[in-house]
Amino acid sequence: MKTEVLRATGITKYFYEPEKFQVLKGIDVQVNKGEFVALVGKSGCGKSTLMYVLSTMDTQYEGELIVAGQKLNDWSQNQLAAFRNQHIGFVFQFHYLLPEFTVLQNIMLPALKLNRWTESEVEERAYTKLKMLGMQDHALKVSAKLSGGQQQRVAIARALINEPDIIMGDEPTGNLDSYNTQLVFDIFKELTDVYHQSIIAVTHDEEFAAKSSRIIEMADGKIIH
Amino acid sequence: MKFTSFKLSAGIAKTQLLSKPRQTLVAMLGVTFGIGMFIALISMMTGLNKLTEDLAMTSSPDIRIYYDISPDRKSIAEFVNQEGLNITHHQKPKNESIKVRNAKQIAEQIRKRPNVKGASILLNSQVFYNYGPVQLNGTIAGVDILEEDKLFDLTHKMKEGRIENLISNPDGIIMGTGLAKKLRAKTGDRVVITTPQGFTQTLKIVGLFQIGIGVVDNTRSYANLSTVQTILQKEKSFITDVNVKLYDYTKAKELAPILQNDFGYKAEDWETANATLLVGAIIRNIITYAVSITLLIVAGFGIYNILNITIHNKMKDIAILKAMGFSGPDVRSIFMIQSLVIGFFGSLMGLIFGFVFSYLISLAPFNGGDIISITHLPVNFNPLFYVIGIVFGVATTANAGYMPSRKAAQVDPIEILRG
Repeated sequence: MKTEVLRATGITKYFYEPEKFQVLKGIDVQVNKGEFVALVGKSGCGKSTLMYVLSTMDTQYEGELIVAGQKLNDWSQNQLAAFRNQHIGFVFQFHYLLPEFTVLQNIMLPALKLNRWTESEVEERAYTKLKMLGMQDHALKVSAKLSGGQQQRVAIARALINEPDIIMGDEPTGNLDSYNTQLVFDIFKELTDVYHQSIIAVTHDEEFAAKSSRIIEMADGKIIH
Repeated sequence: MKFTSFKLSAGIAKTQLLSKPRQTLVAMLGVTFGIGMFIALISMMTGLNKLTEDLAMTSSPDIRIYYDISPDRKSIAEFVNQEGLNITHHQKPKNESIKVRNAKQIAEQIRKRPNVKGASILLNSQVFYNYGPVQLNGTIAGVDILEEDKLFDLTHKMKEGRIENLISNPDGIIMGTGLAKKLRAKTGDRVVITTPQGFTQTLKIVGLFQIGIGVVDNTRSYANLSTVQTILQKEKSFITDVNVKLYDYTKAKELAPILQNDFGYKAEDWETANATLLVGAIIRNIITYAVSITLLIVAGFGIYNILNITIHNKMKDIAILKAMGFSGPDVRSIFMIQSLVIGFFGSLMGLIFGFVFSYLISLAPFNGGDIISITHLPVNFNPLFYVIGIVFGVATTANAGYMPSRKAAQVDPIEILRG
C-alpha cells in the first residue's frame, strides 16, 4: 500500500478584495510518497492559491489539511513555521536565496534552524546535497554571484536539507531557459525515482508537466482532471 | 527563545550588517553624535555647576548661625489694647545687640554632632578701609584663625604670608587680594580701618588670601577675634556668627532648622544663602537634559528610518525565511539584534567621542575675570555620565528598532512570494 504524505479535503477559500470571490471550491488533493505531481491550469484558476494553502503558509481557508500524518487546521503560525521547517521544502519561481550569504550558508540555514544536527554535520549534509546537484564547486561563493539556473539548484538543495516529507514548487522552472528547465526536471525526476521524494509543483510548462507522474488540472477553482 | 535559535538570528543579523558596512556605520554615527554631545554637554554643564557650587561652598559656611534682626515684633499697642484693632505705622527695630550669646558653648555643642566637620565663632563687622582720602567699604572678620582654617582651608588660599602670622601678630590682618590691590597695599604695609561707630585702628597686613570669588576677595579681611572686639570696643564674649561646616554639605538644609530650634538663633544653610548662584545651576541642568534628549530622539528616528528601509529591502528574504520555517519571533530578533548592535557600538563610539570632546573643552582657555578666578572651562569627568550615555543609547535604539522589527515579524510571506 502506498504511503500518503499529503491529503487535503474540501478546501474552500474566498478572496475578499476587491470583492468577495470564491477561488477554491471544495478541492480534494492527495499526494503519495514518491509521487511527482504537477498542478496545472490557466492563470487565475487558483492553482497557486491552492499551493499556498497546502504549504501551510495560508491559513485562511475551510476544509481539512493533513501533511505527514498531522492534521494542521487550527495550528498557530509559529507552530506551522516549525512544521514547515521540518516537513516541507520549497522551490520558488524566483530563487530567493539570501544574497549576502554563501551558497553553503543558504543551504545550511533551515537545518541550523531545525537544530537536529550539529553544525559540522549540517555542513557535511549540505555538501552531500550540493554534490548530488553538481554544485559543490560553488559552495563558498556568495549566492548573488550565481546564474539563475545555479541559484535554482542551490534552492533545491536548501529544500532538501531537512529531508522533508514533501517538496512544494511554485513554477520552479518558470524563470529558467530550456537547458536549466530540463536540468531541474531531471533533478526532480531523480529525486522521486531514486530517493522516493514526494513533489508537488505548480507549473505553466506543459512539457514539464507531461513528464511528471501525475497531472492535476484545475479550472475556476475546481479540479477538472 | 532557545539559545540556538538566538545564535542563528544573531548570525543572520551580523551577516546583514556587515554586508552593508557604510549604511551600518551611518546608523551608528547617528547614535554616536547624540551620545557624544550628551556626554560633552553634561560634562561641561555639571562642571560649571560644580564650580559655582564649590565657590558657594568656599565662600560661605554650610550653616551660618547669627542673630537675625527682625522688625516683626509686636508693637506695644498689642499688649495694651489686646481686644482692639491696632495698626502701627513705620515700625522700627529696637536697638538690639546682634550678639550671639554663649557662642562658644553653642560651637562646642555643634562640634559634638555627627557629620559636623567643624564649627567656628567669629565677629563680623562692616568697616571702612582708608585709602588716602577715599574710604573703601568692606568687612572684617575676627576669627580664631586655626579654627577658620579647618573650615575653609585658608592655608591653601594664601597668596602671600602664612595664617600663623596672625597669631604671633595681634595687630595683624590678612586681606583679600582684590582689596589689597584696590588699596595699593602690600604685605607689611599698615592700613587704617574705621568702624561704623567711628573708631579707628591701624593694622598691619601679614598675609593675602584669594578664595576665587570677587565679592569676597575684594571686600574681606581676617583679623584676630580679640583685635576686632577691641576695635569695636565690645566685650570678650561679643560674637556675631557661628559657622558650621559639615562632612556632607547636602545635609545642611535638614540640619539648619534643627540648630535654629535648638539654639534660638537664625540658622541659614548655604543653599538659601547662595540661592541666586544655584538658580543658574538648575537652569543649566534643564537645558542640558532637554538638548541631550532631543539629540537622542533625533538619533532614534535615524535608526527607525534605516531599519524601516532595510526591512523594506529585505522583504523577500523575510518571506523565504518564514517559508523555510523561521517564526515571527525569529525574524523579529534578527532585526532587534541589528538595532541593538547599532545602538551599542554607536553609543560606545559616542562615549569615546564625548570624552575626547570634553577633554578638548577642558583645554579651552577661559578668563573668569574679577568675578571668578579660573583659567580654563571646568569639565566634570564623572563616570556616571558614561554609564547613563550607554544605557540611554541602547534604550533609544531598542525603542526605535522595535516597531520596524515587529513589522518584519508580521510580514505575510505569501504576498511577497506570489509576486
